[in-house]
Amino acid sequence: MLALIDATNIVELAYMAASLLFILGILKLGKVKTSKQGNQWAAYGMALAIGATMLLLVTRGDWDPRDGEWTYQSHALAVGAMALGSAIGWWMAVKVPMTSMPEFVAFFNGLGGAASMFVALAEVPRAAERSHTLAFEGADFAIAVSLAVLIGAVTLTGSLVAYAKLAGKLNKSRIGPLGSQGVNAMLGLACIGLAVWGGFFAETATHLWISNGLLAFCSLLLGVGLTLPIGGADMPVAIALLNSYSGIAGMTTGFILKNNLLIVAGSLVGASGIILTQIMCKAMNRSLSNVLLGGMGEQAGGGGSKDEGYTKVKSTSGEELAAVLDAATSVIFVPGYGLAVAQAQHKVRELAGLLEKKGCQVRYAIHPVAGRMPGHMNILLAEADVPYEQLYELDRINDDFKNTDVVVVLGANDVCNPAATNDPKSPIAGMPVLTVWDARTVVVVKRSLASGYAGIRNELFQMDNSLMFLADAKKALEDTITELKAL
Amino acid sequence: MTLCLAIAAQTAEIAQAPAAHAGGSMPFLLVGLWVLLLSVFVGFEVIQKVPPTLHTPLMSGSNAISGITIVGSLYCVGNDYPLSAGILGILAIVCAMINVVGGFVVTDRMLGMFSAKGGKK
Repeated sequence: MLALIDATNIVELAYMAASLLFILGILKLGKVKTSKQGNQWAAYGMALAIGATMLLLVTRGDWDPRDGEWTYQSHALAVGAMALGSAIGWWMAVKVPMTSMPEFVAFFNGLGGAASMFVALAEVPRAAERSHTLAFEGADFAIAVSLAVLIGAVTLTGSLVAYAKLAGKLNKSRIGPLGSQGVNAMLGLACIGLAVWGGFFAETATHLWISNGLLAFCSLLLGVGLTLPIGGADMPVAIALLNSYSGIAGMTTGFILKNNLLIVAGSLVGASGIILTQIMCKAMNRSLSNVLLGGMGEQAGGGGSKDEGYTKVKSTSGEELAAVLDAATSVIFVPGYGLAVAQAQHKVRELAGLLEKKGCQVRYAIHPVAGRMPGHMNILLAEADVPYEQLYELDRINDDFKNTDVVVVLGANDVCNPAATNDPKSPIAGMPVLTVWDARTVVVVKRSLASGYAGIRNELFQMDNSLMFLADAKKALEDTITELKAL
Repeated sequence: MTLCLAIAAQTAEIAQAPAAHAGGSMPFLLVGLWVLLLSVFVGFEVIQKVPPTLHTPLMSGSNAISGITIVGSLYCVGNDYPLSAGILGILAIVCAMINVVGGFVVTDRMLGMFSAKGGKK
């Protein structure tokens, strides 16, 4: 027992406690009641890990101020860098509007990948110092360094592309040659070659820097190339997967630094990302490779603004919708990305409140891939204080549509497209969709008749029992609320 | 072929370095692989049945945890590492801290919306 009382061992024990806090934190994060506490526990785990590491570095003499000028400045700089990073992170997190959450999660994720890449690259000068290949601590070490550079870099640029796509700043599936599968394959091969050169053959400082620098460069390009072809509607999958990558990158740095805490935390994140990815793919009835090779939406001209030849569309207005809702005893709202764009979540809540006061049953049907990240709609509605008991998942509500008076589709499209069940040739054939057309009346609130991200025509718009309310979701709901109050 | 030989030669070179694994304990690679195996398993088990409501917070919370590389980046500014590594380390620290603090705070904000609602009931 006494042998344990030694700075290194105390730090190791603190790491163990931090790992435990991460595991318990994620466990609690998975239950609605304890989720907030779970997040806090994970944050405590992180604080403990950082504190313990600083203790280790100081006691081990790594951060000894007497040990030369550079180190003295370096750890002051390190503390300053931590403060700077924390301040930026805090500021961004507090400032972000809830609707931009998907892109900021992607952005933060990219920085995690960047950190892993930098940590791995920091081993390059150590090898150069020794005039040795990166395998100076073993072949596994060299492989871990190359993998961390590769995965970290792919996470960084992949997440930045995802960020740009989610923020609506980028909707191309190609940038120059980047984005084609052939170029990706070439970049992948180049990465393998550079990793082998940089890991096992380069011995001089110049060679080490060139090989690993090029490896980082090619990996950065690869990250862009891999994420570009993924369509906007598939972004929930992409984000979940990139989240997983950032964990895997962290895990590989654990093998570089021989640190179990990094391995535990990294692989927890990696595993959670993979599971979420799987759930998202299942929700779209598509395989992961199909999503990754992507291009479905983009090729079909996703987000096009033509009317696409709908002939018997019946338009409606706030006045009519108010009358329809007034007569209804059961209403289901189907939110989609349009709701997020219009920031209309509070208006839905207000309308729902009015309806409930009149004794109408109000529910919300949430498709697993509605929105741009896993669980996007849940977050959005939670912001507007919609009780989560009113949120229903696809398989819990699909049978109820036929007993429902009115379904109001708010800025959703592909998730309630009958082609998924009726048309085996449709690109979304077999994808589980909300069968809103079973309801007595369907009102689709949408800005235009343009197709959604998947770029597919939606027959729902001209079904006999459906009415189109062509307006911004917020505006439409405001009109309806005013009319309903006037009734 | 030469490639395989080079890798094999270097592996052998390392294996012969006696100081690396003094005392006959397991080399770190094996320990690490054990830890990896078990934590992936724990990760799958823990996350398997999370309700969709919590997908976003789970993702952004675990995203914050992936900022654990902060620990690694702190090592890089230690004495073992030359100046250029220290610079990379500083960059890594800034990135990782944004990820950690931003991730946890954003998650807390999201979850605050859930619990605020629970409180009203």
